[in-house]
Amino acid sequence: MTVKLVLENLKHKPMRSLLSIFLIAVPVTLILCLVGLSRGMLADSARRARGTGADIMVRPPGSSVLTLSGSPIPEKMVDFIQRQPHVALAIGMVVHPISSVAFVTGIDLAAFDRMSGGFKFLEGKPFQGPNDIIIDEYYAHQHKLHAGDRIADLLNRQWRVSGVVEGGKLARLAVPIRTLQDLTGNTGKVSLIDVKANKPADIPTVLAELKKLLPDYNIYTMEEFTSLLTVENVQGGALSTFIDVMVAIGVVIGFAVVLLSMYMAVLQRTREIGILKALGASRWFILKVILAEAAVMGVSGTILGIGLSFAARALIHALYPASLTQAVVPIWWPIAGAISLVGVLLGALYPGLSAAAQDPIEALAYE
Amino acid sequence: MSEPLIEIRGLRKIYRVGKVDVPALRGVDLDVPPGEFLAVVGPSGSGKSTLFHIIGGLTPATAGSVRIGGQDIASLSDAARTNLRKTKVGFVFQKFNLLPNLTAGDNIAIARHIAGRDQKPEPEFEEALKLLGISRRLDHKPAALSGGEQQRVAIARAIVNHPAILLADEPTGNLDSENSRAVLEVMRDLNERLGQTILMITHNPEAAAFGHRTVRMRDGRIVE
Repeated sequence: MTVKLVLENLKHKPMRSLLSIFLIAVPVTLILCLVGLSRGMLADSARRARGTGADIMVRPPGSSVLTLSGSPIPEKMVDFIQRQPHVALAIGMVVHPISSVAFVTGIDLAAFDRMSGGFKFLEGKPFQGPNDIIIDEYYAHQHKLHAGDRIADLLNRQWRVSGVVEGGKLARLAVPIRTLQDLTGNTGKVSLIDVKANKPADIPTVLAELKKLLPDYNIYTMEEFTSLLTVENVQGGALSTFIDVMVAIGVVIGFAVVLLSMYMAVLQRTREIGILKALGASRWFILKVILAEAAVMGVSGTILGIGLSFAARALIHALYPASLTQAVVPIWWPIAGAISLVGVLLGALYPGLSAAAQDPIEALAYE
Repeated sequence: MSEPLIEIRGLRKIYRVGKVDVPALRGVDLDVPPGEFLAVVGPSGSGKSTLFHIIGGLTPATAGSVRIGGQDIASLSDAARTNLRKTKVGFVFQKFNLLPNLTAGDNIAIARHIAGRDQKPEPEFEEALKLLGISRRLDHKPAALSGGEQQRVAIARAIVNHPAILLADEPTGNLDSENSRAVLEVMRDLNERLGQTILMITHNPEAAAFGHRTVRMRDGRIVE
C-alpha cells in the first residue's frame, strides 16, 4: 500500500516528477560520459599502441606514460638497439601533437610494415611523396576526407591524403618520418623507439639488456605500457581527481533537485500529511513515504541517465569519431546509481523530517 | 447505567499564541457510555473542536483527564497518541479529507495499512459498506465522487479499523440537505446496528436531533 501511495503521489504531479527525474539523470549522464570518455580514450591509445606489433617501447628520459615532449632521442640510437642480441627490429618514430587529444606520427613506412604487418588500406595507397599523409577511417569520417583529398591546415603545410586505413594501429595520422623531423626541427632525432624481439621468450632478456644499456630511458614491455594507461596515471592523478569532483557535483545536484522538489511536494501535501497523521501514521511512516518517493525518482533518474549516456555516446561517435572515444562502463552504473541515491535521499531528508514533524491539527487546517 | 467509554474530568487546554495564553477548554467534565450517539453543539470558538482533538489524540491536554475505556490519554506522548489514532478513534471531517491521489477503496485500505491490518476487512465491515452504499464507487478517485459519496467513503475509512469512537466534526457542513440527511442516517444506522459510539460536532439542530443526547458548549465549558 505504501508503494501504491508513493507511485500515486508521483503520478499526481507528472511534470514535476518527470522534470526531477530528468534533472537527476543529468549528473548521472555526465559522470558516465566522463568515465566512459577517459576510459575509452585510454583503451583506444592502448589498442593502437599494441597495433604497432612492438614488444618493447623505449621512451626518452623524463617522459611520462601519456606525454612525450619533443624528439630528444638521437636517431642513431635506433641502429644501436637494432644491433642488440635477440632484437628483430627497432624503428624510431616522431610523435608531434596537433591538438590536446590528437597527434601526428612520423614513420618509416617500410619498417613499420615489417613490424606491424602493415596498414590495411580502405582507400588509396602508401606514401607516394614527402607531403603525403595516411589517415585512419575515424579521422577520415570526422573530417570527411578521402584518398586524394588535400589537408591544408596541418603544421602549416599542404598534405595529400595518400590512403585511408583501418583504425587501431599506431596513430590516426601518419606522415613520412623525414618530413615530420624537418617540419618540427627534429632532424636526426626521434620521439620513441619501438622494438620487436626475435621471439616472445626473448622479450625479458631484451628488456633487461636495454635497461642496463640505457639506464636513464623509460623502457616498458608493451604489456606493461598499456597496463599503465589508467585514469589514475593521467596527469599525476588529475583525471581521477576530476572524476571525483564530478561525482561530488553529481551528489550536490541530486541533493538540490530533490530537496527543492520534495520541499514543494511536502508544502503542497501539508493537508494530506495531516490526514495521514489523523489516521495514525507515525513520523517514520511519513518520512518513509517521502524517502521512498525520492528513491523512486533517484532510481528512475539513474536509469534515464544510463540511457542518456548511450545517446551521448552515439552523438559523440557521430560527431567526433577520431577525437573522442567513449567506452561503455557498466561497472559504473551501480556506482552512478548509488551516487544519485545518496544525493536524493539527503535531499529528501529535510523535507521528510519536516513533514514528519508537522502538527496534525495545523496540517489539517492548511488550505 | 454502563461504565462510561469516555470519562472526561476537569479538562483544560491552553494554546499559546505568540506571548498570549488562549484558553480553549476551561474545565470540561463529560461521560459518554458505549454505543451512545452524542451531538456536541455550540458557537464557533466554544472549544468543540479542541475537545475532539484531545479525545482523538491529535493534541495533548494542558490539565485534567480523558479516559477512554479506562486508559487516560490526556497526557500521552506523541507516539502513544499516534497509536491511539490507529486503533481507538476514527475521524470524519467537514471537508471529507480523502487523499486525492488514491481511489475511494485505497483511501480505506491505507487506513487499514497504517493500523497494521493489511488483510481483508472483517465481514462486519462489508455490512457497513452496504449501509454506506459506496460498494460500487470504490474504484473512483475523490474528484469523481459527489460530496455525499466522499463523506460516506470518509466514514467507511474512519470505521474500517473498528474504532471505539467515531469523531465526526461537522460531517454535514459541506453537504446539501439531501446528502446531509443520507450521511446522518448512515451514522445513525452504524450506531444502531453496529453499536458504534459516535461523537458529532454540529451547528445544525436537525443534525443534532439524530443523536441520543446533545451537549452544548460555550467559552470552553459544557453549559447544558
